[in-house]
Amino acid sequence: MDKTHLLVLVGGLLFSIGLAGVVVRRNALVMLMCMELMLNGVNLTLVSFAQRTGTTEGAVLVFLVFVVAGAEIAIAIPILLLLARARKTLDVQAYAELKG
Amino acid sequence: MIESALLYFFSAAAVGSSLAMLVVRHPMRVALALVAAMLSLAGIYALLGMHAIAVFQVLIYVGAVMVFMVYVIMLIDARDRAFSRFGKFLAPGGIGLVALAFVFGYALSGNEAPAAAAPARDFGVQPFSEAFLNEYWLYFELVSVLLVAAVVAAIAVVKIGSMRRG
Repeated sequence: MDKTHLLVLVGGLLFSIGLAGVVVRRNALVMLMCMELMLNGVNLTLVSFAQRTGTTEGAVLVFLVFVVAGAEIAIAIPILLLLARARKTLDVQAYAELKG
Repeated sequence: MIESALLYFFSAAAVGSSLAMLVVRHPMRVALALVAAMLSLAGIYALLGMHAIAVFQVLIYVGAVMVFMVYVIMLIDARDRAFSRFGKFLAPGGIGLVALAFVFGYALSGNEAPAAAAPARDFGVQPFSEAFLNEYWLYFELVSVLLVAAVVAAIAVVKIGSMRRG
């Protein structure tokens, strides 16, 4: 199997597993970590294509994804802390009335 | 030879530890499995010659994001003893995962001759930062604006929370 094929497949698998984790799990922190896994899968795809084509654009985009992931965590963790303090649980079912 | 063996090993480790994230119960173990997956990805990046990205992966993801996550898990009692591990979407989520994996595998299983690979390039810090600051300086500035906005928003969230509690 070609190297780029293998890595793109692994990236797609990581993205799918992360998506399944967001859908399946009930703990809000675990869902957040599965979102990080989805970002990692996209990063792997970007890096393998950048290495294949010999360009730096993919690497720049990966760096931007890093920064966006850091900003996302910096916002999401305080929100989760407030939610956990308000309801004493991280179960997303406890926030079901937040839907529109 | 050893390079492709390591590539297969790191790919298997990444997929295996992210599958473990789906089934283990305690959030701390999920975080450790995610750290293992990220370290395997850093190994893959280093094998591909993207040393700058590998270092950033270890420093930013494993060093900053996951330490923050582990800290929060220790701060709040995150054990989900009171409720079950999986929500009510277990069956559709599992079916969707299998379908997505099948689609990816089918789309990539074609054994047509791959296009000629570009000549190997040095992906060290210098070409990366030259491209970043010469061609993509606008995105660099936008990212700094985004980071400032994130810091301000995090402080605002904490302030609102403490005002609520009085």
